[in-house]
Amino acid sequence: MINDEIMDYIGILAKLELSAEEKESTKKDMERMLAYFDKLNELDTTGIEPVSHITKVQNVFREDMVTKGDEHEKTLQNAPREKDNMFMVPKIFG
Amino acid sequence: MDILSYTAVGLAKAIREGKTTATEAMQAVLDKIEEVEESIHAYVTIDKEKAIKKAEEVQKKIESGELTGALAGVPIAIKDNLCTEDMLTTCSSKMLENFVPTFSAEAIRNLEKAGAVIIGKTNMDEFAMGSTTETSYFGVTRNPWNTEHVPGGSSGGSAAAVAASECFFALGSDTGGSIRQPAAYCGVVGMKPTYGTVSRYGLVAYGSSLDQIGPLTKDVTDCATVMEVLASHDEKDSTSIKREDTDFTSALVADVKGMRIGIPSDYFREGLNPEIKDAVLATAKVLEEKGAIVEEFNLSLVEYAIPTYYTIASAEASSNLERFDGIKYGYRTPEYEGLHNMYKKTRSEGFGEEVKRRIMLGAFVLSAGYYDAYYLKALRVKSMICKAFDKAFEKYDIILGPVAPTTAPKLGASLADPMKMYLADIYTISVNLAGLPGISVPCGMDSKGLPIGVQMIANSFEEKKLFRAAYTYEKTKRMSKSVKCAE
Repeated sequence: MINDEIMDYIGILAKLELSAEEKESTKKDMERMLAYFDKLNELDTTGIEPVSHITKVQNVFREDMVTKGDEHEKTLQNAPREKDNMFMVPKIFG
Repeated sequence: MDILSYTAVGLAKAIREGKTTATEAMQAVLDKIEEVEESIHAYVTIDKEKAIKKAEEVQKKIESGELTGALAGVPIAIKDNLCTEDMLTTCSSKMLENFVPTFSAEAIRNLEKAGAVIIGKTNMDEFAMGSTTETSYFGVTRNPWNTEHVPGGSSGGSAAAVAASECFFALGSDTGGSIRQPAAYCGVVGMKPTYGTVSRYGLVAYGSSLDQIGPLTKDVTDCATVMEVLASHDEKDSTSIKREDTDFTSALVADVKGMRIGIPSDYFREGLNPEIKDAVLATAKVLEEKGAIVEEFNLSLVEYAIPTYYTIASAEASSNLERFDGIKYGYRTPEYEGLHNMYKKTRSEGFGEEVKRRIMLGAFVLSAGYYDAYYLKALRVKSMICKAFDKAFEKYDIILGPVAPTTAPKLGASLADPMKMYLADIYTISVNLAGLPGISVPCGMDSKGLPIGVQMIANSFEEKKLFRAAYTYEKTKRMSKSVKCAE
């Protein structure tokens, strides 16, 4: 059902790099779960709208205002790497 | 009276009346933690000095008349997926091992405004994914009733802390039963409110359309009182709902005359432990004797709730957990080659097995070619499940049934077969899919001496019916009094 190619593709989407062992066990678990998900096909859902949100609340807008002030020092304390008041990331361009 | 045997409301009253102080209460709780924490491990973070200092400040405000609320001076525990300003918030994951939020969740701000004092943060399944608290990066929590058994999950640390008197009440979060099920396993009261009642601002998201914050308490009165403080309309959560009817304590009335209670016969089929079945039906009998009209009915679609739930929850998890990328906060792998390799290695090393499993599954059901067949299909079935509840609530005020098919399993028995663990969520997850309120109340013990919980479910915004029925039951049985503190 799920071949290695699909597993690699999902790994790219999920940004996860599983070890060979993890990949094998995850594949097995996924196949079992998906086979179970197929149970939903017993139900005829023709004409039924998919519901993503149950509440009747519609778009909520508010002014885009700064309310908490400048917290960059506290925020940057959580960053794994920072430099000159900025998040530091690996080199993106060669 | 032993300070620890007070309920939260009872303690606040005793403090107001000068019989004890917030500082004494905090000291008593910290002593208890010192005594039992080694065998229970309910907490991942405790800041004793800060807790005592804060309790002293609150005591002064109570004495000066500045704080008069029903929870002033009460020591509380917080599930570790709720952001607490200047206090570690780890989600029991290596990914957030060193994360200190710059703000507190709205639910916590509401409690602090009411004078509650935070003791520390409780253990949970990693990112709330699990039903036993065994997927925590920081080790398992044990059930105070029998330490060879799990406390349930994912809010297992919160439930255990309440049951072991390591706090007076705790906050949890419930995506598929994560408050109600551990409450049942640990013999305490737990509520998942109507979706949108408690702001999710500051709750680390798992399944955003399903998550709600709620209390785990010693009795029904505490539960209603805490809910009254938690419920608020919050602009910072766009799914927050403005409600006028959150005076929940007004529903603490021991009277269910004329209340229509539906027992879903499809919740009592194979797989349900007979001892739980008996205890739950005995609860219905008690309410019937008090004047409720009890009737069996067929809810339908019950067996479709689990595949629907796990499709939607995994999809939302895979999207929500994209934010953990090793840049802004949390773990970053020490060695990498370039940006993408850093992302992949960080996430693969930072997340545990169960979290990775759900992210992969979620990414799959959302991927091109499978989105319609799995994700959209689940959203359609969800609509059918919601309609089944609508139909039930045309006839009944509340639905009464079990919380879980068994009492607390032994440590190590669940993780070996994740599929089996997922199936045990059958009675709790549809409530999250439909956004309904549900409460778990202790209703007995099994032959092994482990607590059994009964679940009551109401239509959206009808928490008051749940409080009325649960309070009536509690007053009649005095069950929560006897199971309050596991020793």
